[in-house]
Amino acid sequence: MTQAVSQPQVKRQAQGVAARRVREGSPWTGMWAVVAKEMADHLSSVRMAILEALIVLTAIGTMYVATQDIQQRISRDEFLYLRLFTNARDPLPAFIGLLAFFIPLVAIALGFDSVNGEFNRRTMPRILAQPIYRDALLLGKFLAGLFTLALVCTAVWLLIFGMGVLRLGVAPGGEEVGRALLFLLATIFFGGIWLALAMVFSILFRQPATAALASIAAWLFFIVFWGMIAGLLAQALSPIRFGFAEEYIAQANLQLALGRFSPNTLYAETMVALLRPEIRSLGILMPSQMEGAILGAPLPLSESLVLIWPQLTGLIAGTIVLFALAYVLFQRQEIRP
Amino acid sequence: MSAPIIQTHELTKKYGNFTAVDRLNLSVHAGEVFGLLGPNGAGKTTTILMLLGLTEPTSGSVHVLGLDPSRQPLKVKSRVGYMPDQVGFYDELTAYENLAYIARLNSIAGDQIKKRIDEALARVGLEQVARKRVGTFSRGMRQRLGVAEVLIKQPQLIIMDEPTSGLDPEASHELLDMIRSLKEEGITLLLSSHLLHQVQAVCDRVGLFSHGKMVLEGAVDELAQQVLGGAYRIQISADGAQSEILKALKNVPGLAHIRAVNSRLYEMEAARDLRPEAAQAVLSAGGRLYKLDVQAQSLDDIYTAYFKEVEHDASRVPTAS
Ligand SMILES: Nc1ncnc2c1ncn2[C@@H]1O[C@H](COP(=O)(O)OP(=O)(O)O)[C@@H](O)[C@H]1O
Ligand SMILES: [Mg+2]
Repeated sequence: MTQAVSQPQVKRQAQGVAARRVREGSPWTGMWAVVAKEMADHLSSVRMAILEALIVLTAIGTMYVATQDIQQRISRDEFLYLRLFTNARDPLPAFIGLLAFFIPLVAIALGFDSVNGEFNRRTMPRILAQPIYRDALLLGKFLAGLFTLALVCTAVWLLIFGMGVLRLGVAPGGEEVGRALLFLLATIFFGGIWLALAMVFSILFRQPATAALASIAAWLFFIVFWGMIAGLLAQALSPIRFGFAEEYIAQANLQLALGRFSPNTLYAETMVALLRPEIRSLGILMPSQMEGAILGAPLPLSESLVLIWPQLTGLIAGTIVLFALAYVLFQRQEIRP
Repeated sequence: MSAPIIQTHELTKKYGNFTAVDRLNLSVHAGEVFGLLGPNGAGKTTTILMLLGLTEPTSGSVHVLGLDPSRQPLKVKSRVGYMPDQVGFYDELTAYENLAYIARLNSIAGDQIKKRIDEALARVGLEQVARKRVGTFSRGMRQRLGVAEVLIKQPQLIIMDEPTSGLDPEASHELLDMIRSLKEEGITLLLSSHLLHQVQAVCDRVGLFSHGKMVLEGAVDELAQQVLGGAYRIQISADGAQSEILKALKNVPGLAHIRAVNSRLYEMEAARDLRPEAAQAVLSAGGRLYKLDVQAQSLDDIYTAYFKEVEHDASRVPTAS
């Protein structure tokens, strides 16, 4: 009896929702116009020029140092080009270390005023009065940021390989190129997470400065504090009571798992597995005992890929989840402040 | 008669408990210039945003060009030009680049874009500064660029929110002239303003808004007739016995209201232009006539008079109960 009453109700509600949701025309109409305009803005902005110059200088500096080292062992090493990314010599850290530092900054710089900037310039009502859905505007802005990031990274990758050819005098192998390309992809999505986060803040806060600060605070949180918090949480949730080895392993595993909530960890692990073919496991030996994991023969690319598959999908999923959050927030936002 | 260009039925918008637009029934017909008038906070902008599908109505229905703006927003927005109350542009881009972005968002064919932009800029007299950065533009130039932007999509309906606010008298004059020439092309226009006298000159019909309700609607003459009892205000300057003159003027047929402003000046309101009858009345009362003046009633007067009446009525209610 109750079912007989409730069923039509449910149906009516569902219809109501459907009726409200039905919108005519593709949600992506006009998106490429947004992408083109935003990319042109990014590429001509002073802000990006400064960051690009920094990255290129970093690449050249670290490359120069790395090639000096590597030239001495050209004959012995089959992954010379990957060493270009990972080799460090005082006072400069390895290129990848600097990259992990710079990419979030670039991504934040690309996103922190993407939505609130339109409100502050009072262009938002004018743009949304054009035949375009909010979906297309937001995705267009996101893709423009991602493409700009991809463009910058690709340019740096080409620079590195070009310098490699010049200074090392040997051509890169197919496997090296494959690994470097996958690493490029991971780098872009690592940036994607920070870009989406910056866009979330640019929707939440009307002041671009506030949004930038919030993004940087999140970035510092993951760089400085998340490792510590993961350690403390692991100790609290999986305490060592009797001193069994299993307890230590469980705690370490928990700490590792918690650490992976940070995009920085995901990226670092992806980076290590892709650029150091000798790495066979990202288990509890990682990352503090990274060197200890080297057990002779390098893994083929396919196996390294299996190793970092969860990390790589995690980076992509994180980007998608944050973008979805930005989407929901933006859809609900009143057009007037 | 063809279907109205804009039609709303019991259109309502609530923000929480606050009703910004209250059961609005509005229809605007093809070729008309309609003025949405009322003080700040009356609900004009909210109404406009609902017409464009930029804000969801709480209840009621909207049809613009026969389309539902919440269901078919792309179709509505590609046919309707909208100039928001504070037009903002990308300052670092040129006027041309700003318009080119809008043209692309409207999916205007690549080979058409330049032609449309050049035409629109020439139309508003900005062709000389097409390649200048908008950051260097004055308020009046920005407003004209806003009109050019609206023209790019060759709209059937143009909605302008407070088009003249913040402009100096000359710039608002130019803008009103532009509005007139758009009307001559057969474009339907909806304007909103809190400056009643400015839009009075260009509007065929107006709707007076107050606290989310449209309290009066019609042509300015009609409203003057309805609220003030007369669409014409006649001023008479005459010497002579005041009581005699007043008595004679009161007997003029068609008179709605008469008062003596001072010993020499009389003011009458009437449905028709009663100057000949008034002159005769003054003379017949032995007065000496110096001057006769007639003005159409201003919306400001209508508005003020209407709200005095309403407040008067409202203040009477508590004493009666
Ligand atoms: N997002 C909002 N949330 C709450 N109240 C709002 C919002 N937008 C507008 N209002 C209120 O709705 C009323 C009508 O505003 P508006 O349509 O802008 O008036 P007008 O354009 O006639 O000056 C105002 O009192 C304003 O405070
Ligand atoms: Mg307004």
